[in-house]
Amino acid sequence: MSKPFLSIERLTQQFPDGQGGALTVFENATFGIEKGEFVCILGHSGCGKSTIMNILAGLAEPTSGGVKMDGTEVSGPSLDRGVVFQNYSLLPWLSALKNVTFGVKARYPEWSKAKVEQHARDYLAMVGLEGDVVHRKPSQLSGGMRQRVSIARAFANHPKLLLLDEPFGALDALTRGTIQDELLKIWGGTEQTVFMITHDIDEAILLADRILLMTNGPFARVAESVEITIPRPRNRTEIVEHPNYYAIRNHLVQFLGQRSKELAGQPSDDPDQRPATVRIDKTAAADPEPEPAPRLQAVNT
Amino acid sequence: MLDNLSTNQRALILSVVMLVVGLLIWEAAIPAQKAASELTEYERLTGGGAPKAGVPPPSQVLAKAWEQLSNPFYDAGPNDKGIGIQIGYSIYRVLTGYLFAALIAIPLGFLIGMSQVAYKAFNPFIQVLRPISPLAWMPLALFIIQDSEASAIFVIFICSIWPMLLNTAFGVAGVREDWVNVARTHELGALRTAFTVILPAAAPTIITGMRISIGIAWLVIVAAEMLVGGTGIGYYVWNEWNNLDLTSVIFSILMIGVVGMLLDAAFGVLQRAVAYAE
Repeated sequence: MSKPFLSIERLTQQFPDGQGGALTVFENATFGIEKGEFVCILGHSGCGKSTIMNILAGLAEPTSGGVKMDGTEVSGPSLDRGVVFQNYSLLPWLSALKNVTFGVKARYPEWSKAKVEQHARDYLAMVGLEGDVVHRKPSQLSGGMRQRVSIARAFANHPKLLLLDEPFGALDALTRGTIQDELLKIWGGTEQTVFMITHDIDEAILLADRILLMTNGPFARVAESVEITIPRPRNRTEIVEHPNYYAIRNHLVQFLGQRSKELAGQPSDDPDQRPATVRIDKTAAADPEPEPAPRLQAVNT
Repeated sequence: MLDNLSTNQRALILSVVMLVVGLLIWEAAIPAQKAASELTEYERLTGGGAPKAGVPPPSQVLAKAWEQLSNPFYDAGPNDKGIGIQIGYSIYRVLTGYLFAALIAIPLGFLIGMSQVAYKAFNPFIQVLRPISPLAWMPLALFIIQDSEASAIFVIFICSIWPMLLNTAFGVAGVREDWVNVARTHELGALRTAFTVILPAAAPTIITGMRISIGIAWLVIVAAEMLVGGTGIGYYVWNEWNNLDLTSVIFSILMIGVVGMLLDAAFGVLQRAVAYAE
């Protein structure tokens, strides 16, 4: 089996528990991401999703295990791994445009000032920010606009891997929908590899090629990798009509509602600690597909 | 009629009314000197006709102000210089001492704010040195530096360093980790992170410290110049007191207030320039 573009190998994170011992948040988390893939990770609070993201970003060090991107070990933050933080993390003293040029200048120091600005404006336009609005400071923008700027800043840098940490968590449902569409649009035009944390099952199905499911912490692990067998381009109103939509959704809900608890603390039986691949496809109607639930059972034994 | 005016206009009217009423009360409260012809023989023999020292009425102070401000830069010898020259000396000393303080306090504050170890190591010294009245350093400064001018500047230096140092350290330590992470994920070096992220993020706190410092420095220069003498607005006040020229004393007190207000206002402008809303 060839190595994927990004491989996360036996990542384990322990924190001191305040009583001299150590609390293992997750253990032997192992998974891979292919180039150009959009992968979401779902799991309950406390399973260490954000810690995994920080390790991928190079902002935190795992207790053990490692991350390899393009065959080289990841250590420390890098412009090759762009991050969109949950709380936007725009610099409040800079205008929207300057926040984007800040990143572009860091990525392409040899570019002329005009080129940097044009590039930044192009990406802001891609997320629907044009005209005078780009000169506003973050405090004068709505939450949705701020996150758009943040997304534009990340995409404008052409990172090899884009990390999104619950980017829409702080937005209202309507705004979230629009920005999800914009994210799909901007992502569709690139070969961008994306790894995204979310709490929202529907969001994950809409956006992802694959969804990783984590069991509950402590001793959490990446238990399953669910393929989203819905063809692109996807549209939020149409995908719900797709025969696979509810099958996948039910599987995810059931995992998060019940099995993430049952599986908590159980070590994986796979020697490589890889997550079990789950593929639910009801479109192949000729094939007498078993019901999702028993099939899942089979996956886990 | 007043209902149509804005809050600012109404406040302005009230200020002017208070000023006029205050001045009138002051003017009325000063007993007029009797003319020599009104004195009795006995009063004249006991020196009643000699000019008496007393608090001057505002009209005299205003006349003095007009006289001084219409020719602020005359220089008629060591003890007779225009108010502009005296204030100029004071401002020069304040700014020199203040500049040295800023050159040390801001980089050092950065260091202390960035590092827990540096903070803990420096803290006991700061806590002991900070509450010392700057004038208490004067004898030591005079002895070591052997120059009254430089000693006054040193006193300004030592009094303005603490608010700048503490505010810089506090501002730098309080920079949101998210912003530092933005710098880290963009692979900015230490120096670029300091100038493009930490400095603008901490600037409002740093400028607040600088504003407090300039206020203290201006308070202290008056006292310092009374001690070292020679030139400056503090020396001028003391010299006019020795001359028993209370009109000049009151006038220079007002000038000290006006200059202090202008210095503070300058930093207020700077503060607004670096302020940001989160």
